[in-house]
Amino acid sequence: MTIELLRFTTAGSVDDGKSTLIGRLLYDTKSLFEDQIEAIEKTSQARGDEYVDLALFTDGLRAEREQKITIDVAYRYFATPKRKFIIADTPGHVQYTRNMVTGASTAELAIILIDARKGVLTQSRRHGFIASLLQIPHVVVAINKMDLVDFDEQIYRDIVAEFRDFSTLIDIPSITYIPLSALDGDNVVHKSDKTPWYNGPTLLNHLETVNVGAGRNLVDFRYPVQYVLRPNQNFRGYAGQITSGRIAVGEEVVAFPSGLTSKVKSIVTMGDDLQEAVTGESIVLTLEDEIDISRGDMIVRQGNLPTKDNRIDATICWMNETPFDPDANYMLMHNTRLVRAMVTKLNYKVDVNTMKREDADGLQLNEIGRVQLTTTQPLFFDSYNKNRLTGSFILIDQATNTTVAAGMIRGASREVDDLVDVTSDEQEIRRARSENVVWEAGALSLEERESQNNHQAAVLWFTGLSGSGKSTVAKALERKLYELNVQTMFLDGDNLRHGLNGDLGFSPADRAENIRRVAEVAGLGFAHGNVVLASFISPYQRDRDFARSILPKGRFLEIYAKCDLEVLKRRDPKGLYAKALSGEIKNFTGISAPYEEPSSPDIVIETDIEDVDSSVNKLIALLREKGIISASV
Amino acid sequence: MTIGYQRSHLRQLEAEAIYVIREVAAQFERPVLLFSGGKDSITMAHLARKAFYPAKIPFPLLHVDTGHNFEETIKFRDQYMEEIGARLIVRYVQDSIDQGRVVEETGPYASRNGLQTVTLLDALKEFNFEAALGGARRDEEKARAKERFFSHRDAFGQWDPKNQRPELWNLYNGLKLQGESFRVFPISNWTELDVWMYTREEGIELPSLYFSHKRNIIQRDGVLLGASDVVYPVGDEKIEEMTVRFRTIGDMTCTGAVESPAADIDDIIQEVASARVTERGARADDKRSEAAMEDRKKQGYF
Ligand SMILES: Nc1nc2c(ncn2[C@@H]2O[C@H](COP(=O)(O)OP(=O)(O)O)[C@@H](O)[C@H]2O)c(=O)[nH]1
Repeated sequence: MTIELLRFTTAGSVDDGKSTLIGRLLYDTKSLFEDQIEAIEKTSQARGDEYVDLALFTDGLRAEREQKITIDVAYRYFATPKRKFIIADTPGHVQYTRNMVTGASTAELAIILIDARKGVLTQSRRHGFIASLLQIPHVVVAINKMDLVDFDEQIYRDIVAEFRDFSTLIDIPSITYIPLSALDGDNVVHKSDKTPWYNGPTLLNHLETVNVGAGRNLVDFRYPVQYVLRPNQNFRGYAGQITSGRIAVGEEVVAFPSGLTSKVKSIVTMGDDLQEAVTGESIVLTLEDEIDISRGDMIVRQGNLPTKDNRIDATICWMNETPFDPDANYMLMHNTRLVRAMVTKLNYKVDVNTMKREDADGLQLNEIGRVQLTTTQPLFFDSYNKNRLTGSFILIDQATNTTVAAGMIRGASREVDDLVDVTSDEQEIRRARSENVVWEAGALSLEERESQNNHQAAVLWFTGLSGSGKSTVAKALERKLYELNVQTMFLDGDNLRHGLNGDLGFSPADRAENIRRVAEVAGLGFAHGNVVLASFISPYQRDRDFARSILPKGRFLEIYAKCDLEVLKRRDPKGLYAKALSGEIKNFTGISAPYEEPSSPDIVIETDIEDVDSSVNKLIALLREKGIISASV
Repeated sequence: MTIGYQRSHLRQLEAEAIYVIREVAAQFERPVLLFSGGKDSITMAHLARKAFYPAKIPFPLLHVDTGHNFEETIKFRDQYMEEIGARLIVRYVQDSIDQGRVVEETGPYASRNGLQTVTLLDALKEFNFEAALGGARRDEEKARAKERFFSHRDAFGQWDPKNQRPELWNLYNGLKLQGESFRVFPISNWTELDVWMYTREEGIELPSLYFSHKRNIIQRDGVLLGASDVVYPVGDEKIEEMTVRFRTIGDMTCTGAVESPAADIDDIIQEVASARVTERGARADDKRSEAAMEDRKKQGYF
């Protein structure tokens, strides 16, 4: 049987019991050695503790032991017959954001500790936000110290409810809640008899069975070249690790930045040559043609290209004591490419505790900001949401050479002008304009229509996976609005594809055109005073951003119908997921085509846990709050 | 036929190590691989071969010879180098002693382990090596748990735990100022068991010391030391013949053996999987103090 690998990170505030929990996991899985246990016993005794302090095992350096706090990311290992685990253990004091970001960057799962006596604290929210920012696919909320609250079910339920409520604001695909006591070992490795009301897995149980590899992108072949091998005149090989996707001998490839094409001739390893290689493998590729490729270049498959740009929109986390200097140049490392970069704009910073955006003129250690960067040479990237490894970078200070920031790419940096003007990027949606056509203004102004209607016009854009309940909620909302005398218009993906968009398929370009037309139609509905309910899968952020860009500020509301993919596969009323999974349907969003979750939706409705009525009520409340319908109706 | 995406943990660890080794070759002009002749450095050399195949390893290997090596280690080393066609540099602690760079400890407890540091740093300076690849693993000792893959050293070869660069994703920042250097640990994420399982899977040959054999042993402070010119009985210590093997191979004066019947790699994996003492637990010098490793690291030892 092969052993799988799971990398996870742990987060908690000081004294929530993180070190004790890790010590407990190691102890109960018999991963500690006698001499290690002996050493801890000695230290515990010397300090005058009454019991053997399991936390001591993970507290590394002497300075910390003296101050009784951990100061950096430490890595721990343990294994069971099923899996090997790598723990990135990050401490919970002020420097925390930097450390957690570091630990989270390679993790597939995060354990967020909550002290049952204290409940969901500001720090817990911060941990959740960072896990979401770094796109960790699985989160475990470990509600610790249950022994100190008499294993009270209600306390557990209240904490779960509170965290669940908060989690609608962030983007984490799966969250598991486990009540435990790290000190006594309840529900850590062994099931506790003190929590008969809890039917879920123990922590170890969950760690051993959670789906590994969930964060990887298996679709888009990306191969950053690390090193060129030229042992003799007849051999030229490109060494690298496959970042995502797969490649086979004979496939056509393109090399960036040259744009030259060739075919894969062989996949060389010291054992036998391979016919095919997949995500994560370190290999050597040779090509049919002698083309010039060097370190920092990227080999991809024709027909599935990354974005190539030197203007980048990104979120960065500042990691250095010396604050970010908007006037300085930095080195930027992205995959195997090293370029010079300048931050041209700092849009805002995010308060990690409240997730609110604030104006900023700089960034301090542990602060997170949204920036626009320009690089001296273009990068070949995907958005971080889509591909963690081709969507991430670090910034390096030129004077000291230290790593000062971690970056997550949102996309190419675009000004509104770029959208309107014709650009070279074919897939970018443009506002198509025929020449010599002048906009014919209607006889009535929007203001007149609105005052007649007694409500404002707006576009409510529902986005989400197929089957997520977008249209169901939109229709129920429309009925409710009708009852409130609101003039509405309903646009739905399937309906429009029968007529207006009948000529379009599901390639990214066709999807973009589909959304362009829909957005324009919604715009017309809006101009005529309607509350337009538009329900489209609309998987790409930039398409949705386009729709937003043609409407006045505040009149476009992005509504994310969020539903766990596993739930959708199970529900599958139209049998579409089954077909997509078997490959019968190609380019199916969520399965074989990407879905970019909204980065900042106006509201999230969680259709897997809330019922239609509560979603509708939330939306009505939102419309009132935004002043689109008045509070009295 | 398409192949699955799920790969075993050993394949993932191997791919990661190869990636790191290639980053070193790409980012530094003069890297070197530290080779002690133990299983970890043999594994490292094997990984380096795989990283550059069909080309040869593009940097030399460096052995710091304490002069207290087991005979088997040196024999194995020379054979192995010939087989893989690598370039080996050897520097001797004895030379450092003769040049007065270090003063040898005296008495029966004398160890040259501490002296190695000076010989190593001198050798790195002599060849102007900018990055030294080592086979240290994070699971070996607590102080190593926070070690980076790319560990930055100041111009004196010193490690400052407070001043290490954050390492994110698979981005390894090897930029440095004049005189600074790096220690790089591609098998950071491996455990002792991983190394053994990997050597079995890859069919890597190892020195006979790792496998059970009969040897003259002196028991000292609970550590089983092989009797030799440099390790001899003091007080009422006796030499006894025992069936032992070594879990690590280093300086004879401080590398302890374990009593074991494990004669082949399957036996060893069995034994390691159920072991109750860390491999370093059998090393006399690590026992001196709980913070011993941390102190030596600050001086430039790995
Ligand atoms: N009663 C109880 N105490 C705990 C539990 N987990 C941790 N503690 C105690 O909480 C304190 C802080 O734990 P520690 O693991 O050092 O916290 P860290 O700062 O998060 O690593 C220690 O005194 C622990 O013994 C638990 O489940 N129950």
